[in-house]
Order: sequence, then C-alpha cells, then structure tokens
Amino acid sequence: MAVSFYGQDVVSPLMLGTAQYPSPEILRDAVLAAQPGVVTVSLRRESAGERAGQAFWSLIQELKVPVLPNTAGCHTVKEAVTTAHMAREVFGTDWVKLEVIGELDTLQPDVFGLVEAARILTEDGFKVFPYTTEDLVVAEKLLAVGCEVLMPWGAPIGSGKGLNNVFGLRAMRAHFPGVPLVVDAGIGVPSHAAQALELGYDAVLINTAVAKAGDPVNMARAFRLAVEAGELARIADPMEERDMAVPSTPVAGKAMLA
Amino acid sequence: MKVVVNDTAHEVSAKTLAALIDELGYSGARIATALNGRFVPKATRDETPLEEGAQIEIVAPMQGG
Repeated sequence: MAVSFYGQDVVSPLMLGTAQYPSPEILRDAVLAAQPGVVTVSLRRESAGERAGQAFWSLIQELKVPVLPNTAGCHTVKEAVTTAHMAREVFGTDWVKLEVIGELDTLQPDVFGLVEAARILTEDGFKVFPYTTEDLVVAEKLLAVGCEVLMPWGAPIGSGKGLNNVFGLRAMRAHFPGVPLVVDAGIGVPSHAAQALELGYDAVLINTAVAKAGDPVNMARAFRLAVEAGELARIADPMEERDMAVPSTPVAGKAMLA
Repeated sequence: MKVVVNDTAHEVSAKTLAALIDELGYSGARIATALNGRFVPKATRDETPLEEGAQIEIVAPMQGG
C-alpha cells in the first residue's frame, strides 16, 4: 500500500504540515503520533540573534521524515521560483510544494502562474507538487510541463470544510488513473481524510486540522487511523450506491404472521 | 556601506555577500540568500559583490503547511 512520489516510496498517505502547533514539543509528539509519510516545511526571514530557524531545523532532522518545502505566501511566479531555489538549498531536496496564490479570501491558486512556475522549476530540475484546483484543463497543463503529482484543494486552506466538490475530485481521479493525487487543503476532521482515500486519492495533506485541534496529538493519531481505514476501504472495493432500499435480511423463510 | 537585510537597514563594512553573512552573525547557520530579488547560491556568495543600497534576504527553515 506504499505511496510513491517521483519514484520515492513514502511510508504513509498522510502528509502533515508543521505550522501553528502550540509548542515545538506538541509538534514533535503529533508527528510521532501521525507517523506521516511526509512533513511540509517553509522558509522565513531569519534573525541572526534569535536563530529560530536553526532550532526548527534540528527538530525536523530529529523526526527523520522526508520534508516537502512549500512556497506558501507567494503570489507571483518570480517569488515562487526564487523561494523554491532557496528551499532546495536549505532543505537539501528537489521536492517543492508549489503554491502561487491568486486570491486572498480563499487562497485559491493562481493556476496561470502555477503552470508557468511549474514549467520553470521542472526545467531547473525540481520535482514539483503543485497546489491546484480540481480543474482538469489546468491539471493537463501541469502534467504537460512535467509535474508527476497533482494536489487539488478539498476546500480553502484552513477552512476545515472537507471535500467541497466530490464530483470534481472523483472526475479528476477517473481522468488521471496513473497520477498520484493528493487532497491538499480544507480537510477538517479525520472522516474527510478517509473519504479522500476512499475516492481513490493517494494521499492527503493536513495541517490546521491537527495543529488547531484541542488535543493535536490525539487528533494526529485519529488522522493516522483514518487514512489507514480509507486506504483499506478503497482496496476492499466499496459497494455501489443505490437509490432505493434493498433488504439486507433475507426474505425467504420468513414466518407468515400477518 | 548601507544595505538592507530582511527589510532592516544596516551599515556594514562587508564587500561581498559571504562577508556580510559573517559580519551579521549568521556564520554556520542553515540559511539561503537572495540579493535584489535573485537567489544567490551558497557557493557563489563569496564572489557576489555588494553595492550601496543592496536588498538582501536571508531565510531559514520555518514551520509550514
């Protein structure tokens, strides 16, 4: 049941963000509880005095989970490309979660800039994980410029609304049967993650749902169990939906009591 | 010479980006740099001259989603 991105197997379909936890200790315990296949990280300005980034880097190294740096907060192709280059040097990986944000209220990706940035970065040797929408035309263009993974949103980042367009996500799965697909953004509770896996998605990327839970460590564990359940359910081949009832208890042999 | 590092003005004597990193106390830190909006790899910092008013970004690992 291994998930593979750009030829590299990861141990779990759960990808976990590292932001917004109450403390570094809770972040570490949440990662240990979630047992994610990947953790996402970012870059910010470093103060020579505080060196906050150095302490965070030590923590990440201790966790021994593959890192996926993001370009969060970038609104232009140039910003995203430059950030990706800086991330590659700092984190020592050519993986990049490419975000080019187009709209502030929804943090919806600017899909035009996204395709352009993905093209440039792929040519520069990056393995791009594009944060996109469920738009099939955009997805085709991302694959055409070299992306080998697609990460459509479930709902706006941090909203916790789950899979807002199940029809669209299902269509995407059906349209790209061989492409690793990750629901990134919008997942609020473990059942949303299980649903994504049941739909045939290869992985989910969670951050706020764990970090902002009342008990992040137990929520991390709940997500680990949810992705395991969803993955197992997909393999077990769910039943077809029906519009009308069909009795599950056999009618034959029923006593005549009327 | 006056340069701007992470949006803060500094008066420095460094003539190269590598020297600036040392002068400001980032030696040994896991950081990446950009000069005037362009990424400067670690290997080329010592051959990257600074000019008056240069805009430098110094970033490091940070929590992210």
